[in-house]
Amino acid sequence: MFTPETLQKFDREIAKYPAEHQCSAVMACLALAQEEIGWLPPEAIEAVAHYLAMPPIAAYEVATFYSMYDLKPVGKYKLTVCTNLPCALSGGVHAATYLKEKLGIGFNETTPDGKFTLVEGECMGSCGYAPVMLVNNRRMCGHMTPTAIDALLEECQS
Amino acid sequence: MSIMGAINPVLTAGLDGDKSWRLQDYMARGGYAMLKKVLAEQIPAETIVAAIKASVLRGRGGAGFPTGLKWSFMPHSLSGDKYIVCNTDEGEPGTFKDRDLIHYNPHAVIEGMAIGAYAIGANRGYNYIHGEIWELYKRFEEALDEARNAGFIGQSILGSDFSFELFAHHGYGAYICGEETALLESIEGKKGQPRFKPPFPASFGLYGRPTTVNNTETLASIPFIMQMGGEAFLNLGKPNNGGTKLFSVSGHVNRPGNYELPMGTPFATLMEMCGGMRGGRKLKAVIPGGSSSPVVPAETIMKCTLDYDSISKAGSMLGSGAVIVMDETVCMVKALEQLSRFYHEESCGQCTPCREGTGWLYDIVHRIEAGEGRAGDLEILLRISENIAGRTVCALGDAAAMPVESFVRHFRDEFMYHIEHKTCLVPKEAQWAGSDFYCAEA
Ligand SMILES: Cc1cc2nc3c(=O)[nH]c(=O)nc-3n(C[C@H](O)[C@H](O)[C@H](O)COP(=O)(O)O)c2cc1C
Ligand code: FES
Repeated sequence: MFTPETLQKFDREIAKYPAEHQCSAVMACLALAQEEIGWLPPEAIEAVAHYLAMPPIAAYEVATFYSMYDLKPVGKYKLTVCTNLPCALSGGVHAATYLKEKLGIGFNETTPDGKFTLVEGECMGSCGYAPVMLVNNRRMCGHMTPTAIDALLEECQS
Repeated sequence: MSIMGAINPVLTAGLDGDKSWRLQDYMARGGYAMLKKVLAEQIPAETIVAAIKASVLRGRGGAGFPTGLKWSFMPHSLSGDKYIVCNTDEGEPGTFKDRDLIHYNPHAVIEGMAIGAYAIGANRGYNYIHGEIWELYKRFEEALDEARNAGFIGQSILGSDFSFELFAHHGYGAYICGEETALLESIEGKKGQPRFKPPFPASFGLYGRPTTVNNTETLASIPFIMQMGGEAFLNLGKPNNGGTKLFSVSGHVNRPGNYELPMGTPFATLMEMCGGMRGGRKLKAVIPGGSSSPVVPAETIMKCTLDYDSISKAGSMLGSGAVIVMDETVCMVKALEQLSRFYHEESCGQCTPCREGTGWLYDIVHRIEAGEGRAGDLEILLRISENIAGRTVCALGDAAAMPVESFVRHFRDEFMYHIEHKTCLVPKEAQWAGSDFYCAEA
C-alpha cells in the first residue's frame, strides 16, 4: 500500500537496528506511513506491522501510545500549539486563543474546508522560543506573534 | 542565535554563524582531535573514566548522577553487543538546551558518544531525539553522515581496532520516553513504559544488553573534558559541581534563551544576563530545574548560586537547568493547574498511584482554579501527593507530586483565597500581562 520511495525509507530505518530487532523501526515507519497518507488508518498500521513481521496489535499499541500519530484524518495543515506553563508565560495560551478566533475552531477541530486542524500540544522542548507551534508534526515555528501567525496562515492558504 | 550569553563557555564556545554544526567547522574548532588522540595513543579505558570522575561531571539530564561512576558500572569483560544511548528526548516543560546543542554543535555529541563508547566498551549507539524537533533529528542524521564519511564512526575507526556504529532514533510525542528505561523500551519498538529497577541498564539495557544512557549535554561535555583535563573542568565550577552548564531560561525575562555559565554562578548574575524582568515587573517565583522541581519564592532564589548544592539547600533541585521565571502577574493556582494537566496527560498509565493520582491532582487544582474549591481540598492534594511520591516504577510520579507540595507550601494564601472567594488573589485583568503577546510588535 506504500510507494516504492516510502518502502525505501522503511528499509533505511530497518538497517539502523540489529537484524533480529527490526521492529525497533516501527515508530519511524509509522511516522513515514502517516507522512505519505496524511493520517494512520488501521490498514496502514497493519501494513507496517506486516512489513516488520510483528503482530498487528504490537504496532497498534505503539500507534495509540504516542501522541503525534493521527488515528483520525486531520486537515491539510495540523497546527499543534504548546500551552504548557513556560510557553503560556510568554503567550502560548494567547496564541492558541488567537488561532481559535482566526480559524473559527476549537482544539481537535478541523475547519470546514479541511485546511486546518488545531491541536493543543505538550512541551516541545523549545520553550525559549515561545509561543511555539508545530506544523504537520515536522516544522517547528517559534516566536509566533500575531504577525507571525498571520504570515503562517497566509502561506498555508496560497 | 539562541545561545544568548555565556561566561567561560566550553560547550558553546565559537558557535558563530550558521555553519557551526558542520563537520568542517567543528574540526576547525579542534573537534575530533580527542577521538584521534585516544585511538592513536590507545589510551586505556580506565584512564578516560578516571578523567571523567576527576571532572566531577554530573549527569545533565536531571538526576545529577556522577558520569564517571556510571561509566564504571559497565561490565568490561562481557563479550557481545553493548550500547551507549544518548537521551535527547527533552520534553520537560522549561528545558530546551539539548535541542540547541544538536542545532549548533552536533559533532560534539557524536565525538562524546564515540569516546564514551570506547571507554565503556560499547560497539553500538543510538541518539533518541524528541519527535517534535524533527528538523533537528534530520540535522543530526546529516551530521552522522558527515562523521561516517570522515571515518569517525563505523568499522575500524581511523585504522584502529575500535568499531562503533551510531544511529538516530526519533520519538513521537511521549514525555515519559525521557525516562531512561522507557526510552530503551521505545527504541525496542514498544510503548514507552518504564522498567522496574534493578536491574539497571548497565546490566540489562537495550535488547537486554549492557547499556549506558546519558543526556546530550553530558555527552557533549566529554571531548572538552578530555581536552582540558578533568581537574581543569572541575575548577571551572566549584567543588562537587564541576564545569559549566547550560541554563534554559523561559518566562518573564527580557531575553529568554540558553546561557552557559560556570556552576556556582550567582542566580542574580543570570537574571542580569537575561536583561532583567520583562516590563520591569517584580519577580515572584522561579522553578529552577524544570517543571518537576519544587518552586522557589523570589527572596530565596535571589540568594542562591546555580549549582546542585545551593539549589538543593533552597529546597529544590538544579535538575536539567531549566529556569522558569514568573512575575507578579502570575496566579500560582493557574500555574500549578497547567503543570498538573501536563503530568496527568503524560503519565504512561502503568502504575496505579501515578495514573489515578495525577488525574485526581489535576481535577482538584482545576476545580480550585475554577472557583469550585472546597474546604479541605489542600489537605487532600497534599495527601495524594504523598501517596504518589516514591510509590511508582519511575520518577514521573515524584515529578508530578513535587510541584504540588511546593506550590501549596509557598503560596498557600493564594490557594486559600481561591477556595474562600471563588476567584484569584492576583486580579484577573492583571494576569498574564507579562506574556507580551499582543504588545510585542507595538
Ligand atoms: C519522567 C522523566 C523524564 C525524563 N526526561 C529526561 C529527558 O528528557 N532528558 C534526559 O536527559 N533525561 C531525562 N530523564 C532522566 C533520565 O531517566 C536519565 O536519568 C538521564 O538521561 C541520564 O543521563 P545523565 O546521567 O547524563 O543525566 C527523565 C527522567 C524521568 C523520570
Ligand atoms: S513549554 Fe512549550 S515548548 Fe516547552
